[in-house]
Amino acid sequence: MNVKSLVTIKGVKDGLVFLLDDDCELDALIEELEAKLQKHEQQLAGPIVHIQIKLGARQLPEEDRERIRSIIRKQGNFVVQSIESDPPPVGPADYSSYKVETVTGMVRSGQTLEHEGHLLLLGDVNPGGAVRSTGDIYIMGALRGVAHAGCAGHSEAIIAASLMKPTQLRIAEVISRPPDEWASGESWMEYAYLKDGAMQIDKTAHLHHIRNRVLQAKGV
Amino acid sequence: MGEAIVVTSGKGGVGKTTTSANVGTALALMGKKVCMIDTDIGLRNLDVVMGLENRIIYDLIDVAEGRCRLNQALVKDKRFDELYMLPAAQTKDKNDISPDQVRKIVEELKPDFDYVIIDCPAGIEQGFRNAIAGADHAIVVTTPENAAVRDADRVIGLLEKTNISQPKLIINRIRPNLLKSGDMLEVDDIIQVLAIDLIGIVPDDEDVIKAANQGEPTVMNPNSRAAMAYRNVARRILGETVPLMHLEEKSGVLRRMRKFLGMG
Repeated sequence: MNVKSLVTIKGVKDGLVFLLDDDCELDALIEELEAKLQKHEQQLAGPIVHIQIKLGARQLPEEDRERIRSIIRKQGNFVVQSIESDPPPVGPADYSSYKVETVTGMVRSGQTLEHEGHLLLLGDVNPGGAVRSTGDIYIMGALRGVAHAGCAGHSEAIIAASLMKPTQLRIAEVISRPPDEWASGESWMEYAYLKDGAMQIDKTAHLHHIRNRVLQAKGV
Repeated sequence: MGEAIVVTSGKGGVGKTTTSANVGTALALMGKKVCMIDTDIGLRNLDVVMGLENRIIYDLIDVAEGRCRLNQALVKDKRFDELYMLPAAQTKDKNDISPDQVRKIVEELKPDFDYVIIDCPAGIEQGFRNAIAGADHAIVVTTPENAAVRDADRVIGLLEKTNISQPKLIINRIRPNLLKSGDMLEVDDIIQVLAIDLIGIVPDDEDVIKAANQGEPTVMNPNSRAAMAYRNVARRILGETVPLMHLEEKSGVLRRMRKFLGMG
């Protein structure tokens, strides 16, 4: 039976690229890597060779990366240059699956709050502080620092704050710098969103214009 | 068992040493036994402000490295019997002492004093870590400037990660005429950003500079407005409720009278 090779070695201009299968068990992968290196020990000997390792979609913690590094280092003339995984895939499907999570506290100067999913922050973000989230950011408090929504690339993310006085706003790849590009400081709650790739500010009451899940309020 | 209070700010030149000297002296003035520690190793100033420079024999590093006993290094104040200072070394730098060594010294002082006031150097590096090591409480000093408020915010964030209780805020060097014209940050705006309790506001006062150059803490001068403010801070540390002082210039009898009659 012809089994698909788990480790593919390719030569490039400045060294070798190891393509590691991202579907199999890690142990099987490491076993094959060891076997392959042993088999070709003679062929691969020689001057220093730079190695790039591509893990595909597999995400590995530092200790496993170190394991791979140490196996490759056994081949005396190999220098591991990099170990890379593909960035985790993003798409509208997983954006809608984001849940809102509540965090209470202040983000002060020099602090960064990183979050996956939608973030509801009960507290302020001070100048010099930053919040980053892969989903939306809602701040029940003053936003005076930097907020980056959709930081994994979702341009439909929004940033809402009770008091919108940011040093900088970012949604996906777009960076905007008030008050040069837009002014705020209104007394109502506002949110920022992207329209045709440009940052826009509107009052939160208008949010349903871009998020069209219509609320069915009971009443006469 | 006394309390150790660190006076810190992040930014330099906002008045940490002046605050330490004056709050320490004010507490001594109220009959408390106080020891001030200068942790600004290599750039010591507290002794100069207190006018005790020529009495220094040993310093903080000597104590830490065991070259002398702790009470040999304490410099007794010339005005009060129960006010002492532990000076910093001038020839070394911040890396020559560790937070653990400072903590040990503070722990050793606390049973003998009501208050241990620790004067912190500017910055958030080793010197800052040394200064906060033994502290139970913290006073953050800022001035009504954006840069100072930013740095104070940074320092508060760092303090919140330690086991020091909620830090208190002093807003220093307020200039009432700039406040009135709207050219200076308002006290309320600063508190809103920093979101910690205010323990005092101190007006900018020429007497502070004069007094510091004479090696005589401002609080000793009963006519100075800054002195009044520092005494208020000391009273609040002792647990009294003292209203914030009015920052308007001294009003004469006539003007007060007019104000009273509703003509002001």
